[in-house]
Amino acid sequence: MSVIPTNPSPPSAPGTDVVKAKKGLYGDEDNYITHGKGILSWLLTIDHKRIGLMYMVCVLAAFFIGGIFAIALRTELIWPGQTLMPWAEANTNWKLYNQLFSVHGAVMVFMFIIPAIPAILGNFALPIMLGAKDVAFPRLNLLSWYCYVGGSLFFLWILTGGVVGTLFGLENMPWYFPKGIDTGWTFYTPYSTDTNTGVILATMGVFVLGFASILTGVNFIATIHMLRPRNMGWDRLPLMLWSLYATSVIQILATPVLAITMLLLLAERVLGIGVFDPAKGGDPVLYQHFFWFYSHPAVYIMILPAMGVISEVISVFSRKHIFGYSFIAASSLAIALFGFIVWGHHMFTSGQSPLLNSVFSLLTMSVAVPSAVKVFNWLATMYNGKIRLDTPMIYALGFIWLFTIGGLTGLPLAALSTDIHYHDTYFVVAHFHYVMVGSTLFGFLAGMYYWWPKMTGKMYNEKAGQIWAWMVFAGFNLTFFIQFIAGSLGAPRRYADYDPRFWKYHFISTLGSYVLMIGLFGVLYNWVSSWRSGKKAPANPWGANTLEWHTPSPPPHANFEDGHEPEGVPPYDYDGWDYVSEEEGYVRKEGYVYQGH
Amino acid sequence: MSTAHSDHDHPAHLAHHFETSAQQMESGKLGMWVFLATEILMFGGLFCAYAVYRANNPDVFLFAHRALDTTWGAINTAVLLASSFTMAWGVRAAQLGQKKLLIGLLIATLFGGAGFMLIKTVEYKAKWDHALFVGPSNAYYHDNGTLADPGEAAHSSEYIEKHGDTDGGHGGHGDDHGAGHGDAHAAGHGDSHAGDHGGDHGAQADAPAPAASKIAAPAAPPTGLHADLLTHKRPVLGAGESLSTGIGAIQASHKGSHYPAFTELDPLNTNRTHIFFQIYFAMTGLHGLHVLIGLGLISWICYRAGGPMTRALLVPGLFVSVGIYFVFVWWLVSANSGWFPTTALVAAVLCLIAGALWGAKNVALTKPNPDADSEFSPGYYTPVDCVGLYWHLVDLIWIFLFPLLYLIH
Repeated sequence: MSVIPTNPSPPSAPGTDVVKAKKGLYGDEDNYITHGKGILSWLLTIDHKRIGLMYMVCVLAAFFIGGIFAIALRTELIWPGQTLMPWAEANTNWKLYNQLFSVHGAVMVFMFIIPAIPAILGNFALPIMLGAKDVAFPRLNLLSWYCYVGGSLFFLWILTGGVVGTLFGLENMPWYFPKGIDTGWTFYTPYSTDTNTGVILATMGVFVLGFASILTGVNFIATIHMLRPRNMGWDRLPLMLWSLYATSVIQILATPVLAITMLLLLAERVLGIGVFDPAKGGDPVLYQHFFWFYSHPAVYIMILPAMGVISEVISVFSRKHIFGYSFIAASSLAIALFGFIVWGHHMFTSGQSPLLNSVFSLLTMSVAVPSAVKVFNWLATMYNGKIRLDTPMIYALGFIWLFTIGGLTGLPLAALSTDIHYHDTYFVVAHFHYVMVGSTLFGFLAGMYYWWPKMTGKMYNEKAGQIWAWMVFAGFNLTFFIQFIAGSLGAPRRYADYDPRFWKYHFISTLGSYVLMIGLFGVLYNWVSSWRSGKKAPANPWGANTLEWHTPSPPPHANFEDGHEPEGVPPYDYDGWDYVSEEEGYVRKEGYVYQGH
Repeated sequence: MSTAHSDHDHPAHLAHHFETSAQQMESGKLGMWVFLATEILMFGGLFCAYAVYRANNPDVFLFAHRALDTTWGAINTAVLLASSFTMAWGVRAAQLGQKKLLIGLLIATLFGGAGFMLIKTVEYKAKWDHALFVGPSNAYYHDNGTLADPGEAAHSSEYIEKHGDTDGGHGGHGDDHGAGHGDAHAAGHGDSHAGDHGGDHGAQADAPAPAASKIAAPAAPPTGLHADLLTHKRPVLGAGESLSTGIGAIQASHKGSHYPAFTELDPLNTNRTHIFFQIYFAMTGLHGLHVLIGLGLISWICYRAGGPMTRALLVPGLFVSVGIYFVFVWWLVSANSGWFPTTALVAAVLCLIAGALWGAKNVALTKPNPDADSEFSPGYYTPVDCVGLYWHLVDLIWIFLFPLLYLIH
């Protein structure tokens, strides 16, 4: 239900500023990026598009930090023995390794993967896809960004303390100089109640980051319910929005449980209440139940938005209506639902009752059904399509490939007997990296390339984009596929040193991680150079039909041009667009009428 | 943003991205309901912890809950329910545009919430006095099975057992929590315990203490406290025995009362006695925090609903209220030694002086100003409605906490 802008947007800048703006990236064009000037116009903005861009900067920074730690920990493992700090005592080196994988996990999960697609692409695209002017609660949206930044500062504080402390061998530092975090990203008790590292700050950080996630979820649900335009029933909601809706439902129902878990852990550390500490009569398995009641659904918070992106990209780049729209939409909700009843599969070896194990094992297998529904529908969409292998599509195809491997290797982990063998080995590491990195990261990159022209108004270098995409794909597989083999041979995870017979697996994996890193820096370079000197993007470079492609790139401050009242359209009907080579993009056919309307 | 678009058909309260007031209100309420769902799930974690520990250690809960004061708990339930009623009536008043009534009802709600916190303070104070507080200050707290002060634990057990006899479990009529009952208990209790706290404490600590310092070490031969308890030969809730037989057995063994004494608890469970109190404080503490946030929100609504005089007096009034609260706290703890009573008194005086001066200044400078009227009208009262929903949720959670924690049978 969007509104015709009631008055023309106010002139963006007086004369002097216009002259200045001409020197900038956008000339004197009035779009949401040039609409306000100065740092405060960003820090105090309630424009969802700008908040999306602010999230992009911060989340990519978090990805960079988490990536540095990943490279460091892979380097430690490149060959057996002490690698990173050969001059130090062995124990210091091993402790550093514990810090590396803990910070890598916590930063990547809480600061990168969970917010990546919803907070960047969702914030940017969701209201425009609905033809709305903004999300339902713009100020809460900004608050969400501040919660994200606030929570992230806790982690920066911790990891700075940990790295500096370890490198310079500082002991007995005051509390405001935390000793990093060495619990893994799961903060399992009783170790997390005993360790002298910065668990208190980390739990506070996670708690605050949780608020960012909840606020985004509340906003998306209210927006999708209340701000749909005329003629957009639930059957015309783009699949990206269906998956963001399902994601929001999980964020709202699961994140508060993480919040109370973190509060109890905080009370445990600060007040010593002992509910999770067996020495004090508490129950550490209860902690695991609480933790995974959030953190398993959180896996679907990560993957569902990526599936939404893939549904858009596959259909657009196959030039074909999505196959099985209602099944893909329903399978998103089904995954959200199933996600809540499978958490026990993280605890098969925790001494849980055999009955419970069997039930969780069975339920876990059931997640395969909606996941497979999606994969088969994407394949059916591509069948007989006119496939264009642009960069977003390469990532989307990579997603299908990697998600299939990640999903299928989940089955031996869901089956009780094989899980006993694979538990805590590199097989698990490879499995969840295939699902979280191979799928979510690829979905994120597909979405970033797909909406990049819309967000920045610039085209990127297509050739370079494709080359880097293949490099990322190769580097990823080189890093992680070999870990399946190492894991099934019994290589245990989370150890800083290993039996020399695993040397070649670790060596290849580490080399792969360097290739992956170079590929990702290439992607970053591709984006930066596009933003600085890319060609101006047409309104619709891909010929997609969701509403964000019905407005200029980048969109004006009010999302749509004055007098354009968006209304719901069949999102996957591409027949109304013609490619016009002068525009280097698609232009609407005059008087096109959607079939059946 | 809204200023850029505030022309003809956009009323001041209508944000730029909504089409109609109705759409804005529906969105706000939907958002609030979704937020309340997150609140319920957050408390859900605590209810879950409660359920796990109670299911595994039913006798501990039967024993320990008697430390809670059913009378004050019941009064608090009534107070909070009443404040929920005034809040609901306030929403109605806002809908009908009855501005004065709205402010009166919001202030009444504030008094209800504040009264709840006051009573909660009295209850917490009693727990503190009998070493039943949160964390290591609980008499049953232990690390690796070793009680810090077994004598203190014995003393607390005695308090709990007596407290139960006068408060609830009394001769088989557990429902009889009359007002007179509560008074008698409150009066008799405070005195008798203030006396024996110092006296008996030392004596008891000397006698059974050394042997009693190990609790719940099932592998080791029973000693101390549990040597005593095993000589009682009561049927314990053993492995494989069902919950109901366990409770029934305990109840049957303890003549004349519904509840087990500390010495009758399953030795496997006694090390979880303090967990009951930790959960009690986690649940009521988080709930109390929500009450405080609610009081803040209601004050904010009251400010927006008020005319110039209400706005002039509201914030100073809050300072004065906090000052009065600290006077009350000081009065409660004045007999104690240490830094706490003095601090409370200083805080009280500072709040009272600041509130009084600020209030006087505001009143002196306030002129009647017809423009600074209530923000709310029958066309726009979403914030009142949303805060009302929040307040009802706070009330609702207490409605579950009270029976689960206080009324265990």
